[in-house]
Amino acid sequence: MTALLSLLRRDLILATRQGGGVGTALGFFLTVLVLLPIGIGPDQVTLQRLAPGIVWITLLLSVLLSSDRIFQQDFEDGSLEIMTMGSAPLELVALTKAIAHWLSTSLPLSIVAPFLGLLLNVRTDVIWPLLVSTMLGSIALSMIASIGASLTVNLRRGGLLISILVLPLYVPVLVFGMSATSGMADIVAPSLLILSAIALASLVLAPIASAAALRAYLK
Amino acid sequence: MRITAENLSCERSGRLVFSGVNFTVAGGEFLQLTGPNGAGKSSLLRLLNGLSEASHGTVKVEDGATDLTLGQQAHYIGHSDASKSALTVRENLGFWRDFLGGGDVETALAAVNLSALTSYPLALLSAGQKRRAALARLALVPRDIWLLDEPSVGLDEASQHLLVSMMQRHLDHSGIVIAATHVPLGLTPHRKLALSGAA
Repeated sequence: MTALLSLLRRDLILATRQGGGVGTALGFFLTVLVLLPIGIGPDQVTLQRLAPGIVWITLLLSVLLSSDRIFQQDFEDGSLEIMTMGSAPLELVALTKAIAHWLSTSLPLSIVAPFLGLLLNVRTDVIWPLLVSTMLGSIALSMIASIGASLTVNLRRGGLLISILVLPLYVPVLVFGMSATSGMADIVAPSLLILSAIALASLVLAPIASAAALRAYLK
Repeated sequence: MRITAENLSCERSGRLVFSGVNFTVAGGEFLQLTGPNGAGKSSLLRLLNGLSEASHGTVKVEDGATDLTLGQQAHYIGHSDASKSALTVRENLGFWRDFLGGGDVETALAAVNLSALTSYPLALLSAGQKRRAALARLALVPRDIWLLDEPSVGLDEASQHLLVSMMQRHLDHSGIVIAATHVPLGLTPHRKLALSGAA
């Protein structure tokens, strides 16, 4: 336990010190949100209808942008090799590193994202459902991103490949995240429950997949 | 404690790196791996620490901790230093102390003569100093088996002496050292294993 806590602490320190964490992702998020109305046009009704979907999709892309950081540096500098020789199983190491990514990037991003939706004239009564769904979904986003990150850990330019591998897996999160903002009472609650289930399942399954991929690369 | 390897062979991506390797090394002994580039010295060390698997043969540890793998009882110093340039020397070591479960950071840094640089970010250190920071892991966490892959690369003469005296102390406490090296370290190996490749 001390081992995993110290790993979490180290990864959070590195995320704040090295940059490329929430700052870059937030900058990307803001840029897309500012560009979209320019591209779509200033029609407020159209923007309002599209706003929750745009917020969700931009959130997915921003999380992906920083996901190659989860394992790559530790793979390159040999830290992962030494971590396999500790008492903690590699699955828990992978889980801890994905949680560090969630805490340092996905969670802060998912908290500010709905409010940045105001740039798209998002309906104020949608902000709270959107906030709950992005926060719940962000767990799954980081966990699934960690699978992609582990599969591309030895590729210098793995970012694009991660997107191709991971974005299809994001579809369920997107579907239920969006339906949670639909405003219809008999859809919102089940959607949030399914979103929680996806988050919990990804917490269990993603580290197993990541550890398997990392072991194969470390050979 | 004793490590026995029988008829080990190693394949990497279908290429046979070495085969039929046998050795025994007991507590207090230093096994030196020699051989030309590509003979499989690093592969053998990675096989011992559990990163890769032997295609044939077995490695046995006698009188070790029964619930731990060889890798979990060993230190591995590879080609890369496993440290972060954004963290200070002390933070790097502090992380490995907590992760591997070990002793005192300041003592370990004193053992590799880095006490004066503990609060500097690793990025500011020279290659040899970074290497010493990596070697400090050996003094930080007590483990019975040391697997060293070219440990003296980048070290100046004084630091090589430090390394040798660390290895000597470890051997005196009946630890095991298995090191791959081209240059004589100044420590007479008890056993030698010459790898010649699979040819």
